[in-house]
Amino acid sequence: MSGAPKTTVTSYLHVATLLRLLVVLVLVLAPHMTRLPTWEAAAVLAVIGWRAWAARRHFTMPSKWIRGALALAAFAAVYVSYGRINGQHAGVALLVVMAALKLTEMDQRRDVMVMMFLMYFVCSTHFLFSQELWTLVYLLLSTVAVTTMLIESNHAGEPLPLKVTAKRGGALVLQALPLMLLMFVLFPRIPGPLWGLPSDAGAARSGLSDRMAPGDIAALILSDELAFRVDFDGEALPQNQLYWRGPVFWDFDGREWSEGGPVYTAPYPVMLQGAAIGYEITLEPNRTTWLFALDTIDQSQLPPDSLVTVDGRLLASKPVRERIAYRAVSHPRYLAVAELPDQHRRMATRLPRARNPRAVALAQQWRTEGRDDAAMIAATLQMFREQQFFYTLNPPILGGGDPVDEFLFSTKRGFCEHYASAFTTLMRAGGIPARVVTGYQGGARNAIGDYYTVRQSDAHAWSEVWLAGRGWVRIDPTAAVAPNRVEQNLASALGAEESLPFALRRSGSRLFTQLEARWDWVNAQWNRWVLAYGPDLQREFLSRFGLEGWRDLMLAMIVALSLATGVFGLIALRRARPKRIEDEALRLWRQAMHRLARDGLIQRPHEGPQHFVARVIEQRPELSAELQALLASYLATRYAGHAEAQSGLAQQVRAFKPRRIKA
Amino acid sequence: MNLDLNRTLDSLGTIVLGKERQLKLALACLLARGHLLIEDVPGVGKTTLALALSKVLGLSFQRVQFTSDLLPADILGVSVFERDAASGNSHFRFHPGPIFSQVVLADEVNRASPKTQSALLEAMEERQVSVEGATRPLPDPFFVLATQNPADQIGVFPLPESQMDRFLMRISMGFPPRAAERALLLEQDRRTLLAELQPTLTPSQLREAQSLVGKVVTTPALVDYLLALIEATRRHAGLKQGLSPRAGLALRRAAQAWALLEGRSGVIPEDVQAVFAAVAQHRLIAAERERAAPTAEAILEAVAIP
Repeated sequence: MSGAPKTTVTSYLHVATLLRLLVVLVLVLAPHMTRLPTWEAAAVLAVIGWRAWAARRHFTMPSKWIRGALALAAFAAVYVSYGRINGQHAGVALLVVMAALKLTEMDQRRDVMVMMFLMYFVCSTHFLFSQELWTLVYLLLSTVAVTTMLIESNHAGEPLPLKVTAKRGGALVLQALPLMLLMFVLFPRIPGPLWGLPSDAGAARSGLSDRMAPGDIAALILSDELAFRVDFDGEALPQNQLYWRGPVFWDFDGREWSEGGPVYTAPYPVMLQGAAIGYEITLEPNRTTWLFALDTIDQSQLPPDSLVTVDGRLLASKPVRERIAYRAVSHPRYLAVAELPDQHRRMATRLPRARNPRAVALAQQWRTEGRDDAAMIAATLQMFREQQFFYTLNPPILGGGDPVDEFLFSTKRGFCEHYASAFTTLMRAGGIPARVVTGYQGGARNAIGDYYTVRQSDAHAWSEVWLAGRGWVRIDPTAAVAPNRVEQNLASALGAEESLPFALRRSGSRLFTQLEARWDWVNAQWNRWVLAYGPDLQREFLSRFGLEGWRDLMLAMIVALSLATGVFGLIALRRARPKRIEDEALRLWRQAMHRLARDGLIQRPHEGPQHFVARVIEQRPELSAELQALLASYLATRYAGHAEAQSGLAQQVRAFKPRRIKA
Repeated sequence: MNLDLNRTLDSLGTIVLGKERQLKLALACLLARGHLLIEDVPGVGKTTLALALSKVLGLSFQRVQFTSDLLPADILGVSVFERDAASGNSHFRFHPGPIFSQVVLADEVNRASPKTQSALLEAMEERQVSVEGATRPLPDPFFVLATQNPADQIGVFPLPESQMDRFLMRISMGFPPRAAERALLLEQDRRTLLAELQPTLTPSQLREAQSLVGKVVTTPALVDYLLALIEATRRHAGLKQGLSPRAGLALRRAAQAWALLEGRSGVIPEDVQAVFAAVAQHRLIAAERERAAPTAEAILEAVAIP
């Protein structure tokens, strides 16, 4: 009709509003982008980009047939990518692609509103993948952005300035925060992960494995990922005694160690000695049943749902799929009070036939030279110490069938698993029961929160030998070749020519270290107070207020919500209540006229007093004289500036008692 | 005093039948020293109203029929070179135009060229005219009634919006009610009745009445109502711009004149409501060209009396 550029997409949606909506949509979808298959991320971005272009150029949208075909194609593509259309990943992928396709259908106000609620829903799905603190902050900001768009899209005509809508959106979200906190505390918690849908929960994570071959741990320590945090009750143990016990290996095929060992029989009776060390561990999910603890754990104070195996491992009753916290008490010193059962002795001295012959020969030679158990150990450690053995992250690959021989007699360069493996082999060849233990060694103290963080880079392997009268004794051959590894940390143990990957360099600037410690502390608090708030903590917390069980919870929530709405309602009512009338004459007038209201005679807001009185007299002629006098006084006081008439008015108002008309 | 004004209204009512409200507004406009624009089709008694008004108030009256070739000098007057018969000297003598009378009826003002319109409007505003270097004051009760025919579209120069507020009020006459028209047809010609009409006020009484207008009290409570109305026009989405401060002053003055006619010493909200449409409607400009401005009545209904 006219040549003027169109500024609206539909009568409900301004072009500028749509463009802003697209920006907010990108913001909301952004964290999902890395989790989606490449084709989908590209397609979603393409649709959003195309929509922006189309809005500027006022393209007509594809017909409903094309839209339907696109939706079906998206469905099929998600199914092909994931083999399913529900579940955590596939479901989110479907949701994201459908949200993008919804952009092609914005014909009606309803469609715009559906888009808004899709965006809110997408926001909440991020918690399926990450419950970190930054996720919450990001999502709160996204929620403000979506709310801003909700306000803007409800406004007809020219879009409001962003400053106005964003301010109001922020205010709305802020107002919702107390409600959010209330629901967080009171909403009944379901045991188990609320988000983690079981089907997808087995996703790979780096961590210790149930086997150990040369090079495994060296590969693991490249990860900066957090394994667990430890909070000691009192003084922490010195660094060189922090051996966090994990999987124990009995079986050796000449190259690779695996668990084997006596299965789930009761632990050896031991006599715990020395001071007890109590500590709390917050374990990151590792999707195994391994819990980590120091030697030797006090079996009378085990964490709930856990057990101790015969070889001193602490196991959870089911795989750790979400972050858990547990308390344990350990005694670094103990004595065995029983002999090693024969079966266990056999398992702990078994070696694969005809593998690593030179190592076996060396051990047997030492034995024939008349060395006892202690001397055997000393000889081995002395060999590591005095010969040209090196501790390195990048040992040569041991390709042959006899990796222990290769390591001991030719390469002589290895990481902790090489030393532990070789040492254990030598001991077994010499008839001493020995086994390999893996876990973590050490940890970094966080000065802000006075706790220790143990990362995958602290992964370690060591040996244990059975000494008559003492029981299993920990021997760390790595300590012989690289004492710094145990006394301090990995970085100090490596040669000068060898440096750690960038992510692991902890000896950076002081400021960086400080900031990092602070951030880790914040995260620890977040884990402890927010993420750990599951059914147990909720029960414990609320029972302090006398709330027990679901019924109490629901009741408390309903009461709290009613109270909150009540308070807000009262405030709103108070605000809506007319202000006290300052003008005395007007107050008196209203007071008198109020007495007519019962009969349906109400002065309309724009109706002047004279007109109103005329209207009343028409219906109630008997009041004529009284009303005329009252009106005269009122007009004189209020509109003719005769202040002295006010007392007369007051009298007349007091005397004005119109008889009620019977209905 | 009050009695005289009512008598004036009464005798006006014998001439212009069934138009009490318009007569009262016209009189209020005159009392408020404003000028009146009557917008209506021909033949509804505009001229009769003007004539009756001047007659009843004992004022001199001139009528100017505006045409497209009317020049400013035709209204203001002109100096003519002439010889004095007695002395034999020759000199310029100013012949005052029709504007130099107390009541001027500018008929069909929108037919004249903008130049002529401007001359009239300027004289209305300044209450004096400058012709050939000499400034000549206009008579004291000075009242212009301009008429405008809204039906004519061809060959007219509509008054610009900015000049509309030179008129204190704009009213339209409308057809008389049936009873009034019946009387009009039954009885004798109004023009003959007009000739017999006796003045009810002297010019000095009129001037006194005009000076009384300003003394009618407007209390703070009433000013709050005026402000509420003015603000409502400024906030109104259907209006390009609301009432100006000058329009606010005009509204107050018109309400004062109305209150005076009602015999009150103070203005009450009803007085404001009575004159609001006449004072405000022609100053309100619709926000969109195609759509009409909201009516003054709608604004009145939307604003609560504080």
